Amino acid sequence: MDKKNLFEKVWKAHSVGLLANGQTQLFVGRHLIHEVTSPQAFGMLREKNLPVRYPERTFATVDHIVPTNEVQEPYSDPLADAMIKELRRNCKDFGITFFDTDTGKQGIVHVVGPEQGLTQPGMTIACGDSHTSTHGAFGAIAFGIGTSQVRDLLATQTMALGKLKVRRIEVNGELNSGIYAKDVILHIIRKLGVNGGTGFAYEYAGDVFESFSMEERMTACNMSIEGGARVGYVNPDKKTFEYLKGRPYSPKEDQWDESVAKWMSFASDVGCAYDDVVKINASDIEPTITWGINPSQAIGINDSIPDPQNADSTDKASLQEAIDYMKLSPGSSIKGTPIDVAFIGSCTNGRISDLEEVASQLNGHKVKDGLKAIVVPGSQIVSKIAEEKGIDKIFRNAGFEWRSAGCSMCLAMNPDKLIGDQLCASSSNRNFKGRQGSPTGRTMLMSPTMVAAAAITGVITDSRELFPKK
Amino acid sequence: MPLEKIHNVSGTIVHVPGDDIDTDRIIPARFMKCVTFDGLGEFLFYDMKFHENGDLKDHPLNEPQFKNSSIMLTGSNFGCGSSREHAPQSLFRAGFRAIIAGNFAEIFFGNSINLGMPCVSVTEEDRNLIAGLITENSELNASLDILESKIKVGDHSISFDLRSGARDSLLNGTWDPLDELLQARQTVEKLHQNLSYT
Ligand code: SF4
Repeated sequence: MDKKNLFEKVWKAHSVGLLANGQTQLFVGRHLIHEVTSPQAFGMLREKNLPVRYPERTFATVDHIVPTNEVQEPYSDPLADAMIKELRRNCKDFGITFFDTDTGKQGIVHVVGPEQGLTQPGMTIACGDSHTSTHGAFGAIAFGIGTSQVRDLLATQTMALGKLKVRRIEVNGELNSGIYAKDVILHIIRKLGVNGGTGFAYEYAGDVFESFSMEERMTACNMSIEGGARVGYVNPDKKTFEYLKGRPYSPKEDQWDESVAKWMSFASDVGCAYDDVVKINASDIEPTITWGINPSQAIGINDSIPDPQNADSTDKASLQEAIDYMKLSPGSSIKGTPIDVAFIGSCTNGRISDLEEVASQLNGHKVKDGLKAIVVPGSQIVSKIAEEKGIDKIFRNAGFEWRSAGCSMCLAMNPDKLIGDQLCASSSNRNFKGRQGSPTGRTMLMSPTMVAAAAITGVITDSRELFPKK
Repeated sequence: MPLEKIHNVSGTIVHVPGDDIDTDRIIPARFMKCVTFDGLGEFLFYDMKFHENGDLKDHPLNEPQFKNSSIMLTGSNFGCGSSREHAPQSLFRAGFRAIIAGNFAEIFFGNSINLGMPCVSVTEEDRNLIAGLITENSELNASLDILESKIKVGDHSISFDLRSGARDSLLNGTWDPLDELLQARQTVEKLHQNLSYT
């Protein structure tokens, strides 16, 4: 029998046919929507007088614009308020399930999908948000799409797409202590570059990904797009099935065994072919931080800020641009860089295990005076579990603000924004110019534990030195 | 309604230099609080064009001679970052009908083609050549011939790359795939029924 990788199997199972331009018409089994990229798509449907073809395959939540420090509607921002109302209207008019703010299930779309059991192995998933690759942690093929494609999915449940190549990225060996999934993915992007993944789906594998929890796998898959890969996935295994068991949209008891067998059948066959294979040593990975203005401009905590003078001529200009924007000095150590704001949250690192891990290190520590530090749970469910476990109190006692669920300062479409050229230690996924709401604001991406360490000392710190080994 | 067949894009070129220009720079997130794309052109490259107090910055798009440019020349990996269609929409609504770059981020490329806005790749040497020509004469008219994959500017004819699928869909007026997708209704229904999940 022909040996195939997961991507090819899932692609084939969902192919409707070839289109005139050579792209594939791909059936998308699960479609997730949110308030920012869907209203224009519904508008286009209304204009063309088209119905939503399979409303039961689309699920909605609201995340980007929700304020995290007020729950009362109307929101003080009239534009944000209009957007949530528009989504409500569209879901109602077209019969789409909406995890609204009063359901206890609202949250960042990439946290909500897995939490509800909507994300399962062997599925095709799409959402009008580039971090949809997160869902690949379950062995699904999950695409971030534009609004016209949201329209296409609503109208036909299919979209036009060119087939991707598959690169297997193996991280073998054992991670040093104090190294997290965030460090692993930042390290991968640093090695392969921001557009190294163009045209590829990334299959993450090897010892490290096998030993990762589902939430750690999600953190890594989440940032695939930051390396230019449209899709990133991990083959499904026992951990995947354990995570899914008993969730609201997971298969019920009587269909369970059959579903697991089906899911297993999608996993890449041993000895199947890949278009490319990259191997990485786990022991090379250090706590990794971005210093620049794209996620590949990252270094280990013990490295120094690169000097554009020593770079290839092609890189010189972009390194200089990043150094200037970040107001750093070439050759200086990144450790000790003063920060103004600390943000723990986002679809990369706003899950319960992220919050638990940080809380377990905080005992006795306090956020540095004058520093703003906020924790924004990825969903209302994460928030509830954390509150039941007293994690909110640990954060509050340490001087963090504890907020309600949303994207918040990851992209600052709500009131949480940097001011002026504040520097933010952030557990999110993008450090683009102006990303966190101020045109001159600066972002350094790192693991939540590293954010906490910086919040306590007020400067970029090696968390392994601050927090004792467990 | 049949779509326009796009064989040719012509106009003046504005040069916005820089590699890795991301979608957050093309359209900052705070301008995405809108339920239609209509007004987005106004906010294109907003933080590159304006100081925080609203004063104009030094930016090619602020220069009067480029007010009506319909072609943008830029660096490599243009449009990286977010899947937001707000980015190509803001370019389109600001009057741009084609982008010339080293190469493009994938989602951005697809979103742009879906709008009928060709994104063509040109070598660094040729981009420098075009940039030089515009510096000499900002009113120079350029013309992109989609069929021939050539940019005619001044006395020069410069080759560009454009994936054949995208090229054909522009030439045939099928750049918006919706009509074609709607045709496969029965096969789609079968897939919907047979998939082990709803
Ligand atoms: S948390 Fe950030 S990256 Fe994730 S969906 Fe929200 S805005 Fe996008």
